[in-house]
Amino acid sequence: MSHRGSRVLRLDALARVEGEAALHLAVRDGTVTEARLHIYEPPRFFEAFLVGRGHGEPPDITSRICGICPVAYQMTACQAIERTCGVTVDGPLAELRRLLYCGEWIESQSLHIHLLHAPDFLGHPSAVELARENRAVVERGLRIKQTGNAIMERLGGRAIHPINVRVGGFYHVPAPAELRPLAERLRRAHDDALETVRWVAGFDFPDATFDGPFLAMRDPGRYAIDSGTPAVMAARADANGATTVAALPVEEFEHHVVERQVPHSTALVSALDGRPHLTGSLARYAVSGQWLHPSARDAAREAGLGDPATGAVCRNPFRSIIVRAVEVTHAVAEALRIIDAYEPPPRPRVEVPPRRATGCAATEAPRGLLYHRYAMDADGTLTFARIVPPTAQNQTAIADDLRRQVQARLDGPGEPPDDAELTALCERAVRNHDPCISCSAHFLDLTVERG
Amino acid sequence: MEPDPRPSLAVWKFASCDGCQLTLLDCEDELLPLTGRVRIAHFLEMSSAEDAQEPATLAGTGPYDLSLVDGSITTDEDVRRIRHIRRISRRLVTIGACATAGGIQALRNFADVDAFRAAVYANPEYIATLDTSTPISAHVPVDFELRGCPIDRGQLLEVITAFLAGRKPNISSHSVCFQCKRRGTTCITVAQGIPCLGPVTHAGCGALCPAYGRGCYGCFGPMANPNLEAMVRELRHDGMTERDIVRVFRTFNAASPEYGPVPELAAQSAPVPPAEEEPR
Repeated sequence: MSHRGSRVLRLDALARVEGEAALHLAVRDGTVTEARLHIYEPPRFFEAFLVGRGHGEPPDITSRICGICPVAYQMTACQAIERTCGVTVDGPLAELRRLLYCGEWIESQSLHIHLLHAPDFLGHPSAVELARENRAVVERGLRIKQTGNAIMERLGGRAIHPINVRVGGFYHVPAPAELRPLAERLRRAHDDALETVRWVAGFDFPDATFDGPFLAMRDPGRYAIDSGTPAVMAARADANGATTVAALPVEEFEHHVVERQVPHSTALVSALDGRPHLTGSLARYAVSGQWLHPSARDAAREAGLGDPATGAVCRNPFRSIIVRAVEVTHAVAEALRIIDAYEPPPRPRVEVPPRRATGCAATEAPRGLLYHRYAMDADGTLTFARIVPPTAQNQTAIADDLRRQVQARLDGPGEPPDDAELTALCERAVRNHDPCISCSAHFLDLTVERG
Repeated sequence: MEPDPRPSLAVWKFASCDGCQLTLLDCEDELLPLTGRVRIAHFLEMSSAEDAQEPATLAGTGPYDLSLVDGSITTDEDVRRIRHIRRISRRLVTIGACATAGGIQALRNFADVDAFRAAVYANPEYIATLDTSTPISAHVPVDFELRGCPIDRGQLLEVITAFLAGRKPNISSHSVCFQCKRRGTTCITVAQGIPCLGPVTHAGCGALCPAYGRGCYGCFGPMANPNLEAMVRELRHDGMTERDIVRVFRTFNAASPEYGPVPELAAQSAPVPPAEEEPR
């Protein structure tokens, strides 16, 4: 079919993403009239069955929303419940939580880099074919990933759905001697991560620009993972050439990030003050880049991302693979720092007595900002739950990115693209954003205007 | 071209968190050696290869020597798809609590889904979903069921190698208690009075929770022939309320038929009278 006429492109199953989604693209007379990410992952109704459960249960239950980022769900659920109960967990317990989260970041980000994303840049259908050409890089990636898993297994009991996390802290806190063997592996992983940054920086990056606002946690002084306040970086610099970063207190999150239901998807779509926004690696790098560990910052600069300390921002979604590799380096350095400084807390947890109240929290899942809100009765029975995962927030931006990239290709020089080329382009555009579709399709409780 | 002598492996997904198929990608040391022995012919999460695309029309390629199925059946389309997958698979193994017992999403089986959906969604008509979440075995014959939420990596490798070798997987159906003893963990119920589902839960996790000072919460589902009556009595004795007992069984393997009598047993089992005040 000529690109001059009308054509509709469907891709029924998207590979190398987590969960199930399809693409729908309509082109009329050289103009993209529709670009949709169709999420057909069946709904699983998590918020609905959290109601009526005890206030200690959300960390275990919500971890089952996603096998790739269970710790993100556990950490956000714990903090939201603790805020509801007016309790703060800090000191060594908070550091241990951060260590567990670093393990998930290392595992999940290196999974995305090596097994899901890199094959796109090197023309392979999977890491298995990539390994035939260059086994060493895949083995290096798997070794980093394994180090992340080792942290989760040591501290959490297992890598998928850790069992050692509870509201208020942990069931068991390790002795320093239990964590020490991880340090040796982390030192090797640090070298491997720096190598990975150099490797991915050498890929060929198509031009693309995300021109909307970024949303990420911000915790001045450190690269926010498990802490901080949501912050919005404006899409454009103001008249003075400065790009503003405005705090968005977590209690106001739902006033700004508004979700609505659409017929073509089982996941809700959301916008930030009416505009599609992006959360995830690019947003974090923009908002917190200046607080990266020095080795990660140097690596970012050498990789051509510019110096985040002087306001460098990366808006090319294809380059998110470099930002992820930089973040792996940071998470490895941060995990080492925590292990080296670790002094066991006097108790594995603090008490979290229930009370009749509402509370919310957000943290940085590897794929972006994850928000939970709960309400409970005096005896701890949950009466309400809302969960806003990163992919649900990113969906609109991803669809816009698809539309923009396909339009640019249609308008560009050269032969008109055939369906296979457009399909490949769209798949790559989606995988740039590392969508975690099981998370986005857990079916949110929602408030929508009817009519 | 020479025919590929390696047996073919397919991985399929239904309603789930993807954690069980991710377990295969978590076999970091074994992943590349494994791909030398089997051809990963369909695994969407891992490969975009041509023959790995989901059969949109259900015309599908195949046949596959071994199909691993992650996730439960929650839509009409799922029912159609699993029947097709069964037809194109020589052996079909379910991996994880969703595929084997309906998963956590089977909590809907205890609710009125229509009312539930209408109460929660502005446009419930957009949502095509069945009233139940059912295991794969409710729809097609299954050659082996691997339990766990999530499955255990070692058990997964055992199942794959066993099927490739044409033998039965060596997976015991005894309880978590056996694994706790082998691990040398002091019984947390006996020593500390912590309620623990270990005596009725299928082994496989390596008895993790007790080793971390936590009672087993049953994520591997029921062992063969669990003595639930004795278990519920013991949980009562260890201080759990009727509501807590029903809740702890109604989690990741909620729809396991073995758990059917739990609410009644919990209601019958008398609360333990408060212990006499001990001098402090």
